[in-house]
Amino acid sequence: MSETPMIRTVDLAQHFPIRKGLPGRPGAVVRAIDGVSIDIPRRQVVGLVGESGSGKSTFGRAVMALDPPTSGRVEFDGTDLSQLSRAALAPYRRRMQMVFQDPFSSLNPRMSVAETLGMPLRFREGGAGRSERRDRAAEMLEMVGLPRSYLDRFPHEFSGGQRQRIGIARALMTSPDFLMADEVVSALDVSVQAQVLNLFARLQREMELTMLFITHDLAVVGHVSDIVAVMYLGRIVEIAPTRALFSGPRHPYTEALLSAAPSPVPGGARKRIILEGDVPSPVNPPSGCPFRTRCPYAIAACAEDRPALAAVGPDHRSACIRTDLDLMPATGRRTEAALEGSPG
Amino acid sequence: MTERLRVQDLSVHFRSERREVQVVHDLSFTLEAGRTLALVGESGSGKSVTSLALMGLLPPPPQSRTTGSALLEGRDGADLLGIPESRRRRLRGDRIAMIFQEPLTSLNPVHSVGAQLVEAIRSHRSVSRRAAWDRAEELLDEVGIPEPAARLASFPHELSGGMRQRVMIAIALALEPDVLIADEPTTALDVTVQAQILDLLRRVQERTGMAMLFITHDFGVVADIAHRTVVMYAGRMVEAGPTEDILRRPLMPYTSGLMASVPLLETAGTGRSELATIDGFVPDPAAPPAGCAFHPRCAHNRPGRCDVPPIAVEAPAPDRSIRCARWRELAEEVR
Amino acid sequence: MTAIPDTRPKMRGARFLQSRGMRRFFRHKLAVLGLAMITLIAVACIVGPWLLPHDMLDIDIRGRFSPPLTDTYLFGTDEMGRDLAARLFMAGRVSLMVGVAAMVLSTVVGTVIGLLAGHFGGALSTALMRFTDAFLCFPQIFLLLALAAFLEPDAMMITIIIALTSWMEIARIVAAEIRSLRERDFVTAARVSGASHAWIMFRELLPNAAGPIIVAATLTVARAILIEAYVSFLGYGIQPPLPSWGNMLNNAQQYLDSAPWLAIVPGVAITLAVTSFNFIGDGLRDALDARSDMP
Ligand SMILES: Nc1ncnc2c1ncn2[C@@H]1O[C@H](COP(=O)(O)OP(=O)(O)OP(=O)(O)O)[C@@H](O)[C@H]1O
Ligand SMILES: Nc1ncnc2c1ncn2[C@@H]1O[C@H](COP(=O)(O)OP(=O)(O)OP(=O)(O)O)[C@@H](O)[C@H]1O
Ligand code: SF4
Ligand SMILES: [Mg+2]
Ligand SMILES: [Mg+2]
Repeated sequence: MSETPMIRTVDLAQHFPIRKGLPGRPGAVVRAIDGVSIDIPRRQVVGLVGESGSGKSTFGRAVMALDPPTSGRVEFDGTDLSQLSRAALAPYRRRMQMVFQDPFSSLNPRMSVAETLGMPLRFREGGAGRSERRDRAAEMLEMVGLPRSYLDRFPHEFSGGQRQRIGIARALMTSPDFLMADEVVSALDVSVQAQVLNLFARLQREMELTMLFITHDLAVVGHVSDIVAVMYLGRIVEIAPTRALFSGPRHPYTEALLSAAPSPVPGGARKRIILEGDVPSPVNPPSGCPFRTRCPYAIAACAEDRPALAAVGPDHRSACIRTDLDLMPATGRRTEAALEGSPG
Repeated sequence: MTERLRVQDLSVHFRSERREVQVVHDLSFTLEAGRTLALVGESGSGKSVTSLALMGLLPPPPQSRTTGSALLEGRDGADLLGIPESRRRRLRGDRIAMIFQEPLTSLNPVHSVGAQLVEAIRSHRSVSRRAAWDRAEELLDEVGIPEPAARLASFPHELSGGMRQRVMIAIALALEPDVLIADEPTTALDVTVQAQILDLLRRVQERTGMAMLFITHDFGVVADIAHRTVVMYAGRMVEAGPTEDILRRPLMPYTSGLMASVPLLETAGTGRSELATIDGFVPDPAAPPAGCAFHPRCAHNRPGRCDVPPIAVEAPAPDRSIRCARWRELAEEVR
Repeated sequence: MTAIPDTRPKMRGARFLQSRGMRRFFRHKLAVLGLAMITLIAVACIVGPWLLPHDMLDIDIRGRFSPPLTDTYLFGTDEMGRDLAARLFMAGRVSLMVGVAAMVLSTVVGTVIGLLAGHFGGALSTALMRFTDAFLCFPQIFLLLALAAFLEPDAMMITIIIALTSWMEIARIVAAEIRSLRERDFVTAARVSGASHAWIMFRELLPNAAGPIIVAATLTVARAILIEAYVSFLGYGIQPPLPSWGNMLNNAQQYLDSAPWLAIVPGVAITLAVTSFNFIGDGLRDALDARSDMP
């Protein structure tokens, strides 16, 4: 692949100081993300999974240039965003947009749908006139499957699923190249979640969007992504094309996540890996491999050096020194059950 | 199987702005010793209200009205819905216990974990503080908390979400209840922690033989933990039966629609196929549709059959129930 | 997805009056009572002096110290035989004006400072909040009396002094509110769209903080009226012959035994006005509670 990726992060780190101990003394820091280098290729959907607190949202915000990173950089279409001033960033803002998790806090309760949708156009160079904004807003509403009569309504009149559609319409107003979606379906009921996931798939295809899709739900990430990255304690531990990752995980944490994910397919006499203990604190992560304190395959060497994300297959990288392991795939059980179980 | 709790025709009404709104309609089910019954449904289907009604934790009468019966079997058995509050308070925590979705808000932030456990034990049993403290330590050990003796002194905010849920479970188990009601106990937790908690609940159940009512909206969790399943929609049971049966052969269009709409791990990375969806929204309990509450969203809806009350509950097999006017024809079609 | 027919009212005005918030306010009996009372007092103060047969400066030497309801004197007369009702209403104009003007001024100052501190955070916020705390450290009454004794106390000056000593609470309320709103996703969405600081502060944040500001402002009117009365009663406030409820009380204290109505009438007026504003504030607090506004 010689094409420049839409997004490239290089050794991206975000450390938050937390006030602790005496003032004046250097306090502790939360290493929310720590040395993340990944590419998001054009027109592809990269799914980012990981448990709560693993740093997914922090990574997403850093990619959107919302918070300046502690170190490392984010390149958007070959340009290093961290070098740009607020003003110089503006033209890039139009090309990258985001959709939020909470359909209730992501829309300003005091603004009508037309005002909310019009906003991204208002701040574009030149700015768009009122009627131009309104026309575009109506067009985008229809694109996300809502009637144009909703333009003059206010957020409290809508259900969670409808609000989420409005949030998606807002992100699409400027015809962005890149869309970051942080847990966009977590707050929705399953039947509504399916509607929104289908909408994303359609829009991605029609508008040739590049996407970073953040979620903690493995089934969802498997459904929407071309590439999946697994995050643990602020680091990417494995990244691979979706099929390869689900059918042949190479990192013990990925295996544990896949085996812990509940599945409604009946008859799965699946071996379940129950991890011991909790995720360690990102304030003082374990030495060496961050996962070693819970890893069923850890050996003494795991505590020494931090394993690098190394190639283990085509486009498949994993950060585990135990490349000798034969790990269990997500589909580690009868396939006919899967087919039979999906209702017609 | 020994019955532990038999719920019959449970209905709950709320009064809001001078109107009465029914949010649970004639719900019946039985909890058996050593078995888990799952109550599944989307948000607002009345799952939590059902559990709160059984625990007697709904707002008092003018605001809410509960009818039906809930017979607790065995030693001083009683109808939970018919007895005075003072008696119910004695049963609560002792014979029937409950754990909630958000453990942080259900634990008292100003008391240590140990104090809360001791309080739970001593409010029902006359044992010495010393003995209760020892029992508390034992309980923390049982729910898999490392260094239980030291942890007794911790405060809830010092624990992770998974640990807090373990403490909640320890408190619920303190008096070895016959019935445990768990309202989405793992929804707020990560998948790896969820797997730990489900495993813990299963082990405890095997040891003590308690009956469990497990509330969730996740069919994956249902498949994992429940022996039997009741699917709820708009406050009504729409389908019930052994979990395995329901997952393999859902009869009610709502159940099959719901199951088809979740992406599966098994098909991950096989290209983005369309997920099946259910159009529309859950009805407003203040204005429920006539007949089958699901008919406005149902692809198999036939005017004149689905939208006229009443839709009776039928038994397609000795073990199963369904509330759907067309289930027989639809089952034929599938075949 | 099925489109739901549009049956809801479209007009903003209609939306406001039928909104759940307003319904909640009107269910609050004391708040409605307070609103009625304040309206009554305000109307009386505005039109009262024209309707009464006596001007507040007319002196009736023979009718000195007439008790209330003597002849045409509704509330009686004072030591110079002036109509107490006329004086009370004129004084009401002054007291209410001072109260409202001080509220407007302190709300503007407090809101601006709170908005800047809340939105920008960091060093600016620390500096502004320290400044606010420094003001709060002074005992308010002491500051008031010192300023009033030092400066020439006319109505305008008193208003400014009261405002200067009462904006801090609003600044803190606004700063806290803005800080929590700033974390909401819709504000991030505006940032992602490239919105300016001014847009974010005035279009995204401020309208959503309106509820607590309005409540605090209402309670500030009550307090300002009370403070004006207090300072004027001590003789450092509004100076006679311009009457205010406070200096009417000052005047009345010499005649407490012989003509108690001179103290009771303005005293009751102050109490009624202050409690009414407090009731309205409580009602608004319930009605505008942001949490209950969001379904
Ligand atoms: N502004 C901040 N200040 C201090 N710590 C922070 C801040 N933002 C995030 N963190 C910490 O950084 C870590 C990563 O947080 P982040 O929100 O990125 O996780 P996440 O993977 O998105 O989790 P979730 O699934 O719960 O959304 C957490 O430990 C969090 O407490
Ligand atoms: N105290 C109450 N007063 C009035 N209505 C209530 C009350 N509690 C719940 N309801 C209504 O009862 C219905 C069922 O609510 P319930 O909390 O049982 O849903 P649920 O199935 O638990 O949903 P979720 O998955 O969101 O927890 C809802 O329509 C809700 O608005
Ligand atoms: S490096 Fe070691 S501890 Fe880390 S995942 Fe691999 S085996 Fe486990
Ligand atoms: Mg997050
Ligand atoms: Mg619930």
